[in-house]
Amino acid sequence: MCVEESKLGVKEYKVGIAQWKTTQAPNKLITLGLGSCVGVALYDPLNKIGGLCHIMLPDSTQFKKNENLGKFADTAIPIVYEEMIRMGAKKKSIVAKIAGGAQMFSSADSRIIGNIGKRNVDKTLEVLKQMGIKLVAKDVGGNRGRTMIFDTCDGSVYLRILGKEMKKL
Amino acid sequence: MENLNASLEDLNPFHLEVLREVGNIGVGNAVTSLAQMLSKKVNMDVPEAGILELQDVITLIGGEEDVIVCVEQLIEGDTPAILLFILNEESAMCLTDLLLGRERGSTTSIGEMEESLLKEVGNILSGSILNALSEMTGLVFVPSVPAFAHDMMGAVLSSALIEGGYYSDKVLVVETRFFESATEIKGYFFILPQKEVVEKILSALGVG
Repeated sequence: MCVEESKLGVKEYKVGIAQWKTTQAPNKLITLGLGSCVGVALYDPLNKIGGLCHIMLPDSTQFKKNENLGKFADTAIPIVYEEMIRMGAKKKSIVAKIAGGAQMFSSADSRIIGNIGKRNVDKTLEVLKQMGIKLVAKDVGGNRGRTMIFDTCDGSVYLRILGKEMKKL
Repeated sequence: MENLNASLEDLNPFHLEVLREVGNIGVGNAVTSLAQMLSKKVNMDVPEAGILELQDVITLIGGEEDVIVCVEQLIEGDTPAILLFILNEESAMCLTDLLLGRERGSTTSIGEMEESLLKEVGNILSGSILNALSEMTGLVFVPSVPAFAHDMMGAVLSSALIEGGYYSDKVLVVETRFFESATEIKGYFFILPQKEVVEKILSALGVG
């Protein structure tokens, strides 16, 4: 995992595809170029602890056991959540912001443009609901890629989208 | 899909060398087609072939946020693979100018018309690659109609891989850079064959 540290000691962790990372204020978590993947930012505003995962598929149960658990919505979100609890986050105060799940390709042939982005979003919402994590903001679907910058100082999530102003969630 | 990792890791340097040469002949044919289309000399590098992590495929030719145009064709049936024709934004606009016989710099955005044109170019070039592969191996490759994306490289390539069913941690990629020096058009061809295609190609060439 790539880390950059500013002169003020703020670390920026880059979370790659199928990876996750937890940290605390004043650090930032960044994931670049989400397409059909979904970025899930979990945040405890009381303790200023945050976690981000970049999931690429909805459901781990369709795959063999030794897969990377960071890939799937149903496994990555609980991992991040548990890691945050171990760092001192309080279950009841953890909230979620999600982004991604786009359909990047357009084609005359609908067979080759799957609905994987939508399935990722649907599963993510289902997992959050099951775990009792409140969703406070989302920017999902459409056909644009998104970069997610998550500031654990205040839980803000900034989205960089091609040809648009920076959007705050 | 179950044994994809194991099988790909069974490929030795000689196999990769063969795949690189297959890529060289296939993309060579496409580059010739492109040169004819443009009436200009188009150069290509020697292809690279490797078994990479998904994350490394996505950043093989640049950063996740670099803006690219990508024409994707899925090869279905007995020989599943993905072909990607990738241009940076500037090259895509420059290529559009050249193909339409417009003055350099006339194209300033990628709209519907540019999209159809680039898809058609991608289609022709993929056809050239696949024809060469078929002649070499006797295998039949049936491409889908082209799909198109114009966005951040990370978003585009990850989606192409995931939608194409490349869920495993490792992917075999044969990557070739091409360029046209006068106008500085540069781009890439990615050939991403599934495991069974690799086996078929190698055995057709007598090195399985």
